[in-house]
Amino acid sequence: MSFKRYLLTRAITMFGVLMATLLLTIALIGSNMDVILNKSVEIEIRKMVTDNNTCKNMSADECEVLTQKLIDERKRVLGLDKPWYEPKRIGLAVQKILILDFGHATFLTSDSGSSDVKDIIIEKLPRTILLFTTATIIISLIGIFLGALSASKLNSKLDRLTSTFAVVSSSFPVWWIGMLMIFVFAFAYQIFPARATPPIPSTDPGYIGALLYHMTLPVITIILIGFGSWAYLVRNFMIGVLQEDFVTAKRAIGIPEKKILYRHALKNAAPPIVTVLALSLSGSLGGAIITEAVFDWPGMGRLYYEAINVLDLPVIIGATYVLTAFFLASIFLADILYAYFDPRVKTG
Amino acid sequence: MNAKEIRQEFAKSKIGLAGIGILVILFALSVIAVTTIPAETFKEWNNPSNWITYPKTSEPAWINYISSEKIPEHKILKNPQMLSQTSGEVSVISQNFAVDFNYDGFPSDFIYEYSAKYSGAPLLQMSVIRPDGLKIDLISRSLPQSDGSIYSEQIFSTDDSVKKNLRKNANNFTFTTDLLSAEDIVFSETGQNKILKGKYVFQIKFYNVASDVDIQSSKLILGGKVYGIIGTDDLRRDLAVGLLWGTPFALFIGIVVAIGSVVIGLIYGVFAGYKGKITDESMMRFNDVIYALPTLPLLIILAVTLGNSIFLIIGFLVIFGWVGVAKISRSMAIQIKTLQYIEAAKIMGQKDIKIIFKHIIPQLLPFTFASIAIAVPGAITTEAGLSFLGLGDPTYPTWGQILHDANSFGAAARGLWWWILPPGIMIAITGLAFVFIGNAMDTIANPRLRR
Repeated sequence: MSFKRYLLTRAITMFGVLMATLLLTIALIGSNMDVILNKSVEIEIRKMVTDNNTCKNMSADECEVLTQKLIDERKRVLGLDKPWYEPKRIGLAVQKILILDFGHATFLTSDSGSSDVKDIIIEKLPRTILLFTTATIIISLIGIFLGALSASKLNSKLDRLTSTFAVVSSSFPVWWIGMLMIFVFAFAYQIFPARATPPIPSTDPGYIGALLYHMTLPVITIILIGFGSWAYLVRNFMIGVLQEDFVTAKRAIGIPEKKILYRHALKNAAPPIVTVLALSLSGSLGGAIITEAVFDWPGMGRLYYEAINVLDLPVIIGATYVLTAFFLASIFLADILYAYFDPRVKTG
Repeated sequence: MNAKEIRQEFAKSKIGLAGIGILVILFALSVIAVTTIPAETFKEWNNPSNWITYPKTSEPAWINYISSEKIPEHKILKNPQMLSQTSGEVSVISQNFAVDFNYDGFPSDFIYEYSAKYSGAPLLQMSVIRPDGLKIDLISRSLPQSDGSIYSEQIFSTDDSVKKNLRKNANNFTFTTDLLSAEDIVFSETGQNKILKGKYVFQIKFYNVASDVDIQSSKLILGGKVYGIIGTDDLRRDLAVGLLWGTPFALFIGIVVAIGSVVIGLIYGVFAGYKGKITDESMMRFNDVIYALPTLPLLIILAVTLGNSIFLIIGFLVIFGWVGVAKISRSMAIQIKTLQYIEAAKIMGQKDIKIIFKHIIPQLLPFTFASIAIAVPGAITTEAGLSFLGLGDPTYPTWGQILHDANSFGAAARGLWWWILPPGIMIAITGLAFVFIGNAMDTIANPRLRR
């Protein structure tokens, strides 16, 4: 199997997953969705009738009949007269979502007041990306450094500490550590705010600074939970590389240990590390829902949480779609990187 | 490797034994929970009236041993001194609840709870005689008209008429009492708003015309600020009960999900690997699809739309849990199926199903046990996460739900550590126990990991 063909099959699988998620979501909340869509059509038409003054010379009854007729007509055009599981309706819904037309939110709005789901998501997405990429970058830096160090000093105190910390930290839920961090840094020592949403409007020039300040606590929490298992992973990759002949040869030439470790060995351990990095990014996106709910970080995760609480279906569909798309994109990226670095995948 | 060898190997692993030790304790806790705390109690977890006699937001009781101040404990006073008098037509029944209050802080509240049988409309008067001799009237009200049926009531210190009566006593105190709650005035020195230690007598009198008031039961609750081993939450629930009941549920969810998903994954993977060709290809493509699904968002949507009973949630977790095991067991099956004894069995004409279940899967048993142990913590934390988002089964108290309540009452920012720490520690300890066991099993299953 050639590399191109490998990529093609992966891409097709990913697209299949995206569609499967979308269909599953629609199937699960379709019936509730119908009620909401019908209502919104009704409101829209009634507003149009009063705005355009269509019933200028009519009695109330005649006006009502006309409005009803208009509503029915619009529903037929939109296909709402048929149940949601009709293939044509599902096709229409999927097509709309594919071009990122998620419709209007029922309850939630963006900070600027728009109820268009697309606007809301565009506003929240960068914040989630900001939070989680910052945390992931710092985690991987600490993890790679610490992992390489413990691999070079196998069974030392540092090594054992890293391994223990990795096992222990991975069995704590991130959100629980988050609550503890709020307790320690927002209650006991009042250094950081408990809520991560800055109190000033997003148009304020100081907003970015406030956002970064409010971001500190969540970032520290994610790092605290994440870097242990990262270091452990890097350590295990590095142990394998450090046993190889070329390292022994370099040592024999007399190249300093530090240089061997960070220049040559790390380079050889890079492929799996980069792959896991891409995968862990996608994993943390999924965990964003709970983490953001704890810290009240105004990103995609909290949007999702709020949408679930008030059952804002268009937002749920839109957010699920976007989250899934990002999730799949990072898995796909991991696949590409893995195949690129590991020639065995290309040949199958 | 037979069972005895596995046991011997396992006994060598200190960390594995530690895991088993923790697990035994957790099972013991589950047994204690199931046998000692009646099932009604945990079903009433979300029913506030069940917890009315408990103190609100109290720290654990052992805090008094380490703190220099003596924080008031929760007191439920029963068996008051009874006195009945009759003068002419009017009969008076009085109850005296005496209490030595020697703590360094105010109680959190007081509640008088009674049920009485009477005819007519008696008058109830409640007052308190303080150590300094000052008598404060708290309440004076007539009970609803009745003809011999039982009437029960709870009078809270937050009652409006208590507040009104205390306002009449405001000139006894040199400081302003307007913004203070009832217990902070009743138990205060007159010169400054500090606790007045000594003997308090709460006096309740029932006046009735023509017939006596028959008091069936009565108690006075002095709400403490410390309670039990773990303390209580904002809804007065005893957290120790919640934590204890959470143990069997967490173990149940974790173990059932782990066994379910590992067994499904194992059979699926072995079947695909053994069959090979088109079957393998299509089964693994399906596996890829499930593998790439975003777990948490879909779990949330499933819980919101299909319901959140504990069994449904277990089902959802299994649906997303089997994929990884399937991938690994497939590759193992591919290795095993090339071995000669499998070839031999095939040539002898044994059925595929029989080969899979009799000759391949037994080889994978150590791996299976290790995978089950390693899968448990994930299942427990995911369920806790769902509960934390408020999507758990509301009929049972789980650790995740306790944390959900803690978060929605802002426990972290208010410093209510006893509400946050214990549930999380329980989750982590349970997870760790299984990780330890899993690691020990893994070393046995993969001898290459041994050094």
